[in-house]
Amino acid sequence: MKVLVPVKRVIDYNVKVRVKTDGSGVDLANVKMSMNPFDEIAVEEAIRLKEAGTVSEIVAVSIGVKQAQETLRTALAMGADRAILIVAADDVHTDIEPLAVAKLLKAVIDAEDPGLVIAGKQAIDNDMNATGQMLAALTGWAQATFASELKVEGEHALVTREVDGGLQTIKVKMPAIVTVDLRLNEPRYASLPNIMKAKKKPLEEKTPADYGVDVTPRLEVLKTSEPPARAAGVKVGSVDELITKLKDEAGVL
Amino acid sequence: MIDMHQDIRDAVTRLCADFPGAYWRKLDAERAYPSEFVDALTAQGYLAALIPEEYGGIGLGLSAGAAILEEIHRSGGNAGACHAQMYTMGTLLRHGSDAQKARYLPGIASGDLRLQAFGVTEPGSGTNTPAIKTFARREGDRYIVNGQKIWTSRAEYSDLMILLARTTPADQVAKRTDGLSVFILDMKAAREAGMRISPIRTMMNHATCEVFFDDVEIPVENLIGEEGRGFRYIMSGMNAERILIAAECIGDAKWLIDKSSAYAKEREVFGRPIGQNQGIAFPIAQAYARMRAAELMVHDAVRRYEAGENPGAEANMAKMLAAEASWEAAEAAVQTHGGFGFAEEYDIERKFRETRLYQVAPISTNLILSYIAEHVLGMPRSY
Repeated sequence: MKVLVPVKRVIDYNVKVRVKTDGSGVDLANVKMSMNPFDEIAVEEAIRLKEAGTVSEIVAVSIGVKQAQETLRTALAMGADRAILIVAADDVHTDIEPLAVAKLLKAVIDAEDPGLVIAGKQAIDNDMNATGQMLAALTGWAQATFASELKVEGEHALVTREVDGGLQTIKVKMPAIVTVDLRLNEPRYASLPNIMKAKKKPLEEKTPADYGVDVTPRLEVLKTSEPPARAAGVKVGSVDELITKLKDEAGVL
Repeated sequence: MIDMHQDIRDAVTRLCADFPGAYWRKLDAERAYPSEFVDALTAQGYLAALIPEEYGGIGLGLSAGAAILEEIHRSGGNAGACHAQMYTMGTLLRHGSDAQKARYLPGIASGDLRLQAFGVTEPGSGTNTPAIKTFARREGDRYIVNGQKIWTSRAEYSDLMILLARTTPADQVAKRTDGLSVFILDMKAAREAGMRISPIRTMMNHATCEVFFDDVEIPVENLIGEEGRGFRYIMSGMNAERILIAAECIGDAKWLIDKSSAYAKEREVFGRPIGQNQGIAFPIAQAYARMRAAELMVHDAVRRYEAGENPGAEANMAKMLAAEASWEAAEAAVQTHGGFGFAEEYDIERKFRETRLYQVAPISTNLILSYIAEHVLGMPRSY
């Protein structure tokens, strides 16, 4: 079985995010970029399925600027077999919207015919949490979101999902779209020998036009602002004072 | 232009994120060796970067080694516990026989064998290497070694040592650099047969030792190259060593400058960030400019080294300038952080102690200046 793993190049999770002075978005100039951490978990899961003999080939796909090929090389160094880069933007500040990404992934699915798509539940840059679900709608495939455990049994995938009330296990017929949550696994490092091998693995470059998809934005960002700074707390002298304040000032008692 | 190996740098940074300041502070407090960190680096293949593919390594050039070590230091870690494997191995690689290489290099590449002890310096000779007293006397198919080494780093955590010893007394050779030989020493066997290791407590956690040899036997097949030519073999590895150490200094400087500038932007005193005061901002900016200049010298030395030139001058200058830049950055970092610069949890004081070493080891600044004066500018030898 072939597995498709979409990966997104996002601002590194260790970087302190700064909003551009004109409020049009987050400043990404000369900022360290990495693979979306949820996508790393997806790549790791695909590799584990391959190591278990369930999967024969892992294809990583990224949609965005040309520099996303670095993200794909990371996926290849971790253990993906080949990669497809769809160059859909020139400016690193251009974010391709979930629907456009889902349409492109649908087109890649039509060409590649995978048995399973494993994707991150969301990207840490815009937290849309929409692409996997939209892709399931476009393909008509089953979807299993927020996976914390994944088992493939014959024609079906058993997926444990992290839901508000606890854990829910569902059985979906494949082909299916699985989006993964934080606790599914701990992704491996890309080792030095594998980084070198990844340079020789195939990386195909495409454009949205190759798939006949229009990526023109449908959403308009009105404003981006920093979260409000946390105000200083107040020290209280006694339990009585605390209770008085909770009653009179906070109004929670 | 040299290959910057951005992909390798990213992967090293990622690995180092699992070994944060708290990890290094704990080791410091316990004076412990960073075994987990070295194991992780080994498992991911980084210590085999410069070993040829035919011996199980990756076969990369010096630029990759420099990138790996710089990023370890840039992440706030310290490669001192294992960097010697990268350059010590070069003596074996360049001058060892095919049989020696086949016997040791695959184990070094896989991490089963650690070759990271370099027994050169002695208490009575210091940088005057030809004056060493340790003597290896040939008896049949063995050499019998007697003497003492000092500042032998990582001796307790190494399976093999590259050992320099006299094989012909200094008064019986034409040139004082003749009559020295290099051996590859099996540390485990030697410890059972007359070699004693005594750790030295220092101001930083660097696992350095004195090593005493009392009739330690080394089989003749462990002689590297020809007897009596050892000084040249050791010197041929110095350029790589200096360039790699310089890269570590650049990493230290970048980490310190990152910490200082971030703190100067955030810390508010008198109602504004302290970085708004030029008295704070300028030393950090100055350290940055010096670091960038030193980095260019490191890159030039790497480029020449990879092109097959003998970059003795550039390697020495890169080490000197980078060590000075990292020290200047450490000074600025302590001054910027004020009292917090002394608090262990900020890691500034640790880096301050660590990066000071590089103006002394592996070669002191005065010796580099002597080298430039004599070999580049043609002035009379001063020592």
